[in-house]
Amino acid sequence: MPNVRPQPAHAPAHPLRWGEPFPEAAHETLANGQMRRNLAHATRTIRDKRLRVTAELPDWEALRDAGAAIKHQVMSELPALLVELERNVTARGGHVHWARDAEEANRIVTDLVRAKGADEVVKVKSMATQEIGLNEHLEAEGITATETDLAELIVQLAGDMPSHVLVPAIHRNREEIREIFAGRMADAPAGLTGEPRELAMAARAHLRAKFLTAKVAISGANLAVAETGTVAVFESEGNGRMCLTLPETLVTVMGIEKLVPTFRDVEVFAQLLPRSSTGERMNPYTTLWTGVTPGDGPQEFHLVLLDNGRTKALADEVGRQALHCIRCSACMNVCPVYEHTGGHAYGSVYPGPIGAILTPQLLGTGTKGSLPHHDATASLPFASSLCGACYEACPVKIDIPTALVHLRGRMVEAEQRRPLPTGWATAMRSAAAVMTSGSRFAVAARAAGLGRVAARGERIGRLPGPLAGWTSVRDVPAPPRQSFRQWWSQHESEER
Amino acid sequence: MRIALFATCIAETMFPQAPVATVRLLERLGHEVLFPPGQACCGQMHTNTGYLDQAVPVVRNHVAAFAPVLDGEWDAIVAPSGSCVGSVRHQQAMVADRVGDRGLARDAAAVAEHTYELSELLVDVLGLTDVGAHFPHRVTYHPTCHSLRMVHVGDRPLRLLRAVDGIDLVDLPEAESCCGFGGTFALKNAETSAAMVGEKVRNVISTGAEVLTAGDYSCLMNMGGRLSRHGTGVTVAHLAEILASTREAPWEPAFLPRSAQAVKP
Repeated sequence: MPNVRPQPAHAPAHPLRWGEPFPEAAHETLANGQMRRNLAHATRTIRDKRLRVTAELPDWEALRDAGAAIKHQVMSELPALLVELERNVTARGGHVHWARDAEEANRIVTDLVRAKGADEVVKVKSMATQEIGLNEHLEAEGITATETDLAELIVQLAGDMPSHVLVPAIHRNREEIREIFAGRMADAPAGLTGEPRELAMAARAHLRAKFLTAKVAISGANLAVAETGTVAVFESEGNGRMCLTLPETLVTVMGIEKLVPTFRDVEVFAQLLPRSSTGERMNPYTTLWTGVTPGDGPQEFHLVLLDNGRTKALADEVGRQALHCIRCSACMNVCPVYEHTGGHAYGSVYPGPIGAILTPQLLGTGTKGSLPHHDATASLPFASSLCGACYEACPVKIDIPTALVHLRGRMVEAEQRRPLPTGWATAMRSAAAVMTSGSRFAVAARAAGLGRVAARGERIGRLPGPLAGWTSVRDVPAPPRQSFRQWWSQHESEER
Repeated sequence: MRIALFATCIAETMFPQAPVATVRLLERLGHEVLFPPGQACCGQMHTNTGYLDQAVPVVRNHVAAFAPVLDGEWDAIVAPSGSCVGSVRHQQAMVADRVGDRGLARDAAAVAEHTYELSELLVDVLGLTDVGAHFPHRVTYHPTCHSLRMVHVGDRPLRLLRAVDGIDLVDLPEAESCCGFGGTFALKNAETSAAMVGEKVRNVISTGAEVLTAGDYSCLMNMGGRLSRHGTGVTVAHLAEILASTREAPWEPAFLPRSAQAVKP
């Protein structure tokens, strides 16, 4: 399979921190023309669909407000709501486990699978298990986990990392998928073509065998209801429903922030989520389960509540709104940076605008004691032009631009604890000195006119240093002969 | 009306044609324009780069320079920039609050209430859409991100442009996508920014326009710099320059594109 190389090429050491800072990682992904074409096509299609189905709801803005308000309430009452959830899950025959971090969560899940004597599990697409690297952990423990979501299966077979929260294989086109199936799926039919129907049927046959034999299923959760102990998964393909109903044991790993207080709140997210994520009025399959029901569905249910940096994020009054995220991916589909660089450039299972504010917080980057200049995730809050399209698209109104600016402030603060100032720090300090006085600024503006010596004619071409990137593709106009203030004093004396 | 001009730091130093055109336009419409000399910058550059503490004295200077509006010395403040107005409205008080300076936050919010982006001032405050301009060129308009999503200028600039005599206004495909400037983003993430401006410029060229206009010179510098390097012959003009242009005093481009300059005598 010459064309199907895993992306990124090296297996990541950490699901939230793959290695290179954003500008360097983007350098690599920007060079991949096929990936950029795949992405541009896919994001535009979803973007247009989302706009159509949100525009047809007269109360869309009110729904967004309701979603934001519920999430705000959840964050304010999180400890009490979690205890309520635990009580209700337990009362209905489920078991609740608490995991401080990825290691603890992985150990809990592994022990549960082992206790059932299983060495194979089926999985419902889940960001929480991606975040803790569960599949890799299970593999190391001799347990095979099969992803049953079509896109997730493609990523798993190709040895890729996901590049999108909702459409993890968004960077692949049909022909690449055909090659992945033909080369890596043992029971792929001979002579498979790139026809979407053929590809889907091949995956279906491959997965059906797994559904019917697996004793344990592992899922994430789109939400859980504190009041009733109900857990929900919203999906498109029905493979989730198979996992959630056929195996004897179900283990759900859920971030502690993904709950709602009452059953009535589900209605808000049942509208917001599908319209924002897939551009559908309603997702085809919504599965809700409450504990266990004798003779129906899994007879053993375990809910693993995962912190993994979430309480750290909750402690930050501006940044905590990243925890409101319902993983719809609308921000990725509208982000011009994501569209050009793709998800892998963010070096985390959470890419795009939400990833840029969530990943550094889950890792605690920028907080006291950390050294952000050594940490690739410190570059993430800067990987945005602050155009605001993400905020406009977010169904729960997460003010991503403001959170980005706030986190930039934290990264800079951490950087300033270093003994030597960076070039940026020096430049910003001198600029501030000039910009706090009209008269000093006037002098600087006149001096800027001296920059004309660097110009040939009315523009400046290629420059070295920090301006090299800018001037490699753009001309810079020569500074004007006269600053505005000089013109103004002339104008004022003419007027008199 | 007595209108105080906030020229903005980038226009003052690099693109004086925008504040000059703003002055000429407002004076032609019969208003008195004043230039508070204490002004420098709104603090956006420091804020958006993460130097929030350093932004505080910059914000303090801006608020002090424009505080006389609160005593009724001027009727309004205008800036030829959606981005800087956005920062004045949505960032200054936040920056002050962050360091616990409640007084500054209050004053900044009060000054912001009197501060308008040019198209807002013309349409909402002065009640105009036809400002009597003449601009016989094919023009396309890029709504800059901060005008669009922070200040919400809506279709005000387009209403003003449609009323210009002689103009041939053409729609820009994917107008609402970012041009890739983003202040220091264009330096820190130069390659991504270059990809974004490349796409924007392809859309601009597809319109066949001679002039690309917007309400922010920072974005125009980004797109204009790429158009110039391409040798496309498309030049840029701030919305204020188009609205200031008349039959008697027609617009003169300050930053000629490469190809156009080659044929200049």
